[in-house]
Amino acid sequence: MSNASSAPQHSTALPNGWEMVVGLEVHVELDTKTKLFSASPNRFGDEPNTNIDPVTLGLPGALPVLNKHAVELAIRLGLALNCTVQPSTFHRKNYFYQDMPKAYQISQYDQPINIDGFMMLPGDVRIGIERAHLEEDTGKSTHIGGTSGRIHGSDYSLVDFNRAGVPLVEIVSRPDIRNSDQARQYVAELRSILLAVGASDAKMEEGSMRCDVNVSVRKPGEPFGTRCEIKNVNSIRAVGKAIDYEARRQIDVLESGGTIRQETRHWDDSEGRTHTLRTKEDADDYRYFLEPDLVLLDPDQAWIESIRASLPMLPAARRAQLATLTGANKESESVYVIVERGQDEYVSAVAQAGGDAARALVYVQQAFAEEGSTPKVAASDIATLTQMERDAKITATQAKTILSEMVANGGGDPVAIAAVKGFEALDTSAVEAMVDAAIAQQADAWSKFCAGEEKAMGALVGAIMKASQGKADGKVVTAILQARRTQ
Amino acid sequence: MTQPFATVVDIARDIASGNTSAVEVLEHHLARINEREHDIHAFNLVTTEQARATAQQVDADIKAGKKLGPLAGVPIALKDNMCTRGIETTCSSKILEGWKPPYDATVVTRLQQAGAVMVGKTNLDEFAMGSSTENSAFGPTKNPLDTTRVPGGSSGGSAAAVAAGFAAASLGSDTGGSIRQPASLCGLVGVKPTYGLVSRQGIVAFASSLDQVGPFTHTVADAALMMEVIGGHDPLDSTSLPQPMPSLTSVLGQGVTGLRIGRLADMPDGCEPEVLARMDAAYAALQAAGATIVDISLPSLSYCLTAYYLVAPAEASSNLARYDGVRYGMRVETADLHSMYGATRAAGFGAEVKRRIMLGTYALSAGYFDAYYGKALKVRRLIANDFAAAYEKCDVILTPTSPTVAFPLGDKTSDPLTMYLCDIFTIPTNLAGHAAMSVPFGTGAHNMPVGVQVLAPALGEPTMFRVAAELERAS
Repeated sequence: MSNASSAPQHSTALPNGWEMVVGLEVHVELDTKTKLFSASPNRFGDEPNTNIDPVTLGLPGALPVLNKHAVELAIRLGLALNCTVQPSTFHRKNYFYQDMPKAYQISQYDQPINIDGFMMLPGDVRIGIERAHLEEDTGKSTHIGGTSGRIHGSDYSLVDFNRAGVPLVEIVSRPDIRNSDQARQYVAELRSILLAVGASDAKMEEGSMRCDVNVSVRKPGEPFGTRCEIKNVNSIRAVGKAIDYEARRQIDVLESGGTIRQETRHWDDSEGRTHTLRTKEDADDYRYFLEPDLVLLDPDQAWIESIRASLPMLPAARRAQLATLTGANKESESVYVIVERGQDEYVSAVAQAGGDAARALVYVQQAFAEEGSTPKVAASDIATLTQMERDAKITATQAKTILSEMVANGGGDPVAIAAVKGFEALDTSAVEAMVDAAIAQQADAWSKFCAGEEKAMGALVGAIMKASQGKADGKVVTAILQARRTQ
Repeated sequence: MTQPFATVVDIARDIASGNTSAVEVLEHHLARINEREHDIHAFNLVTTEQARATAQQVDADIKAGKKLGPLAGVPIALKDNMCTRGIETTCSSKILEGWKPPYDATVVTRLQQAGAVMVGKTNLDEFAMGSSTENSAFGPTKNPLDTTRVPGGSSGGSAAAVAAGFAAASLGSDTGGSIRQPASLCGLVGVKPTYGLVSRQGIVAFASSLDQVGPFTHTVADAALMMEVIGGHDPLDSTSLPQPMPSLTSVLGQGVTGLRIGRLADMPDGCEPEVLARMDAAYAALQAAGATIVDISLPSLSYCLTAYYLVAPAEASSNLARYDGVRYGMRVETADLHSMYGATRAAGFGAEVKRRIMLGTYALSAGYFDAYYGKALKVRRLIANDFAAAYEKCDVILTPTSPTVAFPLGDKTSDPLTMYLCDIFTIPTNLAGHAAMSVPFGTGAHNMPVGVQVLAPALGEPTMFRVAAELERAS
């Protein structure tokens, strides 16, 4: 999946010198086989209430037993986010809701497993990570009847406990984000890191990655304003839109003499606006206290170090490596896209096979969107293709045609394909004749071109390419035209 | 002291040797249940059919020459807050009436593996909250030694079942004295093991950081055997200690020569003089047997009751929040979710449970947490420090188990605070996570039994049982 992470959708500046202050709370479901505190499967999409057991249902007498794999994945993520891994505790967060079987959620409170990390965004922007802590997910309610799909006004509700007890890590950023671009980049980068370390499948559309956004506004240098928390922000695009909407809403309130109430708001993606969900006064008192059914989680230092040693190269380092190899900017879209698809090793293999890395980057970005991290086409064949183009044996257009055919057939020898298609770059003397013919036929365009009107070259090139049936190399044609003009 | 009924050790030996059969032993106990249960009300449920099937299986196993467990054929009763698969488990609460757990508690599994025959589920103060078993939604249990008096609580049904000869032993749970106090009031041995020595998996939680399961028996040797069966690490309970279960049956004859017995220098007020007299006799007996008596002090003792009545209700308010009518147990149907919660809990819980839920909710609330729950946790640390200092001077501490002998039914029900004072000597052990047991040591007022409490540090059970065995010999 290619997401909007790197597509430049710059948010417009806020009016009258206002600045937004944004922090993100991202919940991700860990990719474990079983739940955080029981042996039921952690699997999305199964028949409702099939992945349950006494612990999941909060039956009397059932006790939680911590899943070691979940702890390992949480540590992997923490280390990837440059966090300190510390001895940690679990608390109970008490509140009544029908999809919360024990009427409390087991979560980490004042002693989380990962603290004090950071993530780098393009332009050397450093976003602090306050904590990344373990907790259990709730069940899922479906409200039947009524109009809103919410519990209020519904006829009855159905609860599916398959998700209850699924391990989550909540990653809490510091309020270091200053515009919606950074927020989107943060979520996209977090997603890439989650995938890279294998902590989560991070599918926002399936809810295995969910964002809550805290937004406030201020004039630069002033203290933080009152913040609102926005829930139900379910795509990277929505993160950007919700933040921009909410910042402007707050500025409108403040500029018309109002004050911002601290509250939780709901993002309505179809309406493109936020609504009040509950104010601070209605907030539950969660009565946190230390979970007496669990003990201190104190991971062995040697285990932490072995996890650290097993971490793969992270997306930022891979982008830097790919940029160095290909000569591209490490913050360019092609570099982001290739690393996100996991095709950077493939590009590297093309280069190792003697191919042109820069051309390989372009080919792979254009033609391998559906191929995943291990494309079927042999890297050596792509290397050959880049060599053919570099050596002007074929044109860029011909190379693209050959590439399409190789991808469609799951591989193939580019030399053979070129031969079958009759592709061969015309030699320079043949092209020169065609150039001269074009200058004669398109006298008007030629005189404009000579007068310095660069656009006029297009008509000349078009005529030459037509005459050559596409076999002339565009770069050669341009060079000859330039040469003729200065003669 | 001669035993009115056969002991666990005797029954197990006689069945194994063929002197009697498991079915015969069971029928003796069922006959006594038929005779007196209507008067005592020890049980919420007598599992006659299952018990007969198990006893027949034991006899068949003997006939087939199979290897027998240490409790093969021994009739045992379980407090009705222990999950038994397919068998109603109510906690003596209307809110759980009719609920049949889909699984067995670990202690139940271990008893079954040892060959025990479960005769029934015993009455308790609702959700184990009380000291007289008068808070049961299904009516009080009476003391078999004097049916005008309480058996103690909250495990009053388990104590009464053994005292009345309905079962050779039983299991109770002890959060602030709920095994030791009824053991004392019914003339039995009752053990509160070190926190984490016995699995809590499948025990309906009252206050998770304090709850421990332990046995009621007629003798110290029976208690040691029961402990060896139910104790030891359980991977299903994260607070279960990793250490192997120490041998207790092997230490009972070791005597107390050279042991240092701690005596409270400042005995709290409120003890009956006959109880204090029995304490003096206990010290004298141990001294005569070769132990030394040393005076110790527990300066934080006076804060323990208050701390307990913050910690235990706080945890209970959270543990009991799951009884919401959504998934199991009682539900009062109303128009919407929140009124259903309220109506279900209003109808399902009794007064004492509601009182403690409110107390605990308040203690954990924003703005009150530090002043109440936070302070209570500090007292837990202080009493643990007190004990640590005391155990530098002594090996075990002796106190009364209860300030009084069994009191008349209805005597304290109108004043919760007087009832709470029953637990003054038992609560510190739970707050510290240590071990303690009550051993019968003669009688006090109204010719009712007096129990002496032996306290030991965490995992101090072997020494504790040595002292208990000596007290039993001297009584």
